[in-house]
Amino acid sequence: MNPMPASEAMVFSPAVPEIFLACAAMALLMIGVFRRSDESRTLSTLSVATLAIAFVLVVIFGREPARAFEGLFIVDQFAVFMKALVLIGSASAIVLAVRFNANEGLDRFEYPVIVVLATLGMMMMISANDFIALYLGLELQSLSLYVLAAFRRDSVRSTEAGLKYFVLGALSSGLLLYGASLIYGFAGSTGFDALARVLAAGAPESTWIGVVFGLVFVSAGLAFKVSAVPFHMWTPDVYEGAPTPVTAFFAVAPKVAAVALFLRVLTGPFGPLVADWQQVIVVISVGSMLIGAFAAIVQTNIKRLMAYSSIGHVGYAFVGLAAGTEAGVRGVLIYMAIYLFMNLGTFACILCMRQNGRMVEDIEDLAGLSKTHPMVAAAMGTFMFSMAGIPPLAGFFGKVYVFLPAIEAGLVTLAVIGVLTSVVSCFYYLRIVKIMYFDEVVEPFDRPIGREVGAILWATGLVILLFIVYPAPILAPATTAAASLFGG
Amino acid sequence: MIIHSLTFYMFAAVAVASGVMVISARNPVHSVLFLILAFFNSAALFVLMGAEFLAMVLVVVYVGAVAVLFLFVVMMLDINFREMRHGALQYLPIGGLVGIVLLAELVLVFGSWAVAPEAADVATIPTPDPTVVTNTHALGSVLYTRFVYLFQAAGMILLVAMVGAIVLTLRQRDGLRRQSIAEQNARRKSDTIEVVKVPSRGGV
Repeated sequence: MNPMPASEAMVFSPAVPEIFLACAAMALLMIGVFRRSDESRTLSTLSVATLAIAFVLVVIFGREPARAFEGLFIVDQFAVFMKALVLIGSASAIVLAVRFNANEGLDRFEYPVIVVLATLGMMMMISANDFIALYLGLELQSLSLYVLAAFRRDSVRSTEAGLKYFVLGALSSGLLLYGASLIYGFAGSTGFDALARVLAAGAPESTWIGVVFGLVFVSAGLAFKVSAVPFHMWTPDVYEGAPTPVTAFFAVAPKVAAVALFLRVLTGPFGPLVADWQQVIVVISVGSMLIGAFAAIVQTNIKRLMAYSSIGHVGYAFVGLAAGTEAGVRGVLIYMAIYLFMNLGTFACILCMRQNGRMVEDIEDLAGLSKTHPMVAAAMGTFMFSMAGIPPLAGFFGKVYVFLPAIEAGLVTLAVIGVLTSVVSCFYYLRIVKIMYFDEVVEPFDRPIGREVGAILWATGLVILLFIVYPAPILAPATTAAASLFGG
Repeated sequence: MIIHSLTFYMFAAVAVASGVMVISARNPVHSVLFLILAFFNSAALFVLMGAEFLAMVLVVVYVGAVAVLFLFVVMMLDINFREMRHGALQYLPIGGLVGIVLLAELVLVFGSWAVAPEAADVATIPTPDPTVVTNTHALGSVLYTRFVYLFQAAGMILLVAMVGAIVLTLRQRDGLRRQSIAEQNARRKSDTIEVVKVPSRGGV
């Protein structure tokens, strides 16, 4: 006799977006292979259309919270919110790459296909309700990212980035698996529902050293993926070495997906152990904010600067997670959404940095941008002010929504450190504005910047500016998403 | 029972000894061969535990594919292993220290290991009686039904690995002569063979 009720046996409708994405990715691969042409514009268009359809499917099939595949897969408002962010990030990464890849001789149809496959992995991560499902989603994502990092295979820096990312990523996967096996050894199950039951049944003050040990290993493995201190060493090298649209992709989509994993794992099965993981998250958060603020000051390469900036932003987002409350999680969700748009916009600006047909990456090259490209400079300035957290731009509200719950949860010191480090980080964000507006032009950037890049620039700039007057499209879903994670 | 223990200690000792030899052998080919020996002994340990499926997989996958691949790499690539090993001694103290600290921590953890009292209740699938159902049958009956999601996900990962390997290594080279079977088959005798009357002493 089947031990599970028949109603749960073969449910797979909540996973329709993922199934669609998997089939579409394989179809795209076939189209690419049989077209016998390296020109990737058609496939990029098709891939963006695929992601758009997946977005619609995510919204349609995510109305009701549901579990599929016998509890391995979960869909709730939280998953819908995070998947929407990931899909926006991935589609933008494809759009940003079209012109860049054509100019740099990287015009290969595999690029959009691998981005779609990575997106599939991220969506599986976000919906994972079991450690094995989590691990498989994570590996699908990571493996695609390793390939993308080394996509410019004739460049030593790009292959080095790919190799470095691969070795450290494999190490972090090992840590994660080891932690998961310890937890399995303690609780007898890898499913999050069962883990939550077992861990809630035991008193929080009992000394289950094994499960805490496992929790620390799992956190370490996941911290690698969000590039949080002290597992951030790979980030600057990989961001610098990878092709710029790939860096833009790395900075947004995988980070959102990995933060989603953190939120789901820590607040779900490990919700009863909040006292144990809170200190880990506080240490990670403080370290990330400090490194993000101070190490970025000395950078001269804009992609390295963005790497340290993204480390810092993870630190700020984790201030909300450290609170461990529903309001804190809501703050993290809002922060990640705003972070996504700020970063996409900034990378669109970085993709405009092209002199005489070749890319430049030094911050000094931005000198006098306001005179040659006033619109790009204005957009970049907006993103920099927003990242620095200057009111009334979106970045300021993102920080408010993570710092307030932390103060309410009694983590005043953490919030104070957060505010202080964001003051320090103002220095390097505002230095870019100063270079763009007050330095003399050395060599102007090429024109035109390209329709795709321009469109992303406009869209993200508008989101950051309009958040002040009309924040509901981000706030309302984030609120329901956070509530769904806390059994709402 | 004593025979069981004796076999266990024999296989375990050989596995550990060959593991040591893998990292200490001078010749890299010997290292790989010792690795294969270690795999075989581990497989035997699995058989002793009644996990015959894992034993088979270990031999088929690790010996059949992974170790042979290592052997190919070692033999075909000109890697200076002496150079790579150079300086290993210099990192031995710090590496050994980290290892000892980790070992001590693990001993502490496993010394006070406790299993949650509810653990037995939440186990997803009860283990079938190995005398009635073989490992392979038991795994197969859940792998393609309850865990089909994980199975398919693993398939997608392998697809990405394959696509990635092709993207990063396949190069379109100019001047290659490719086989076109249709063209070959469409060829007629008259296209290629010409009967020439050669006059005596005239040459062609």
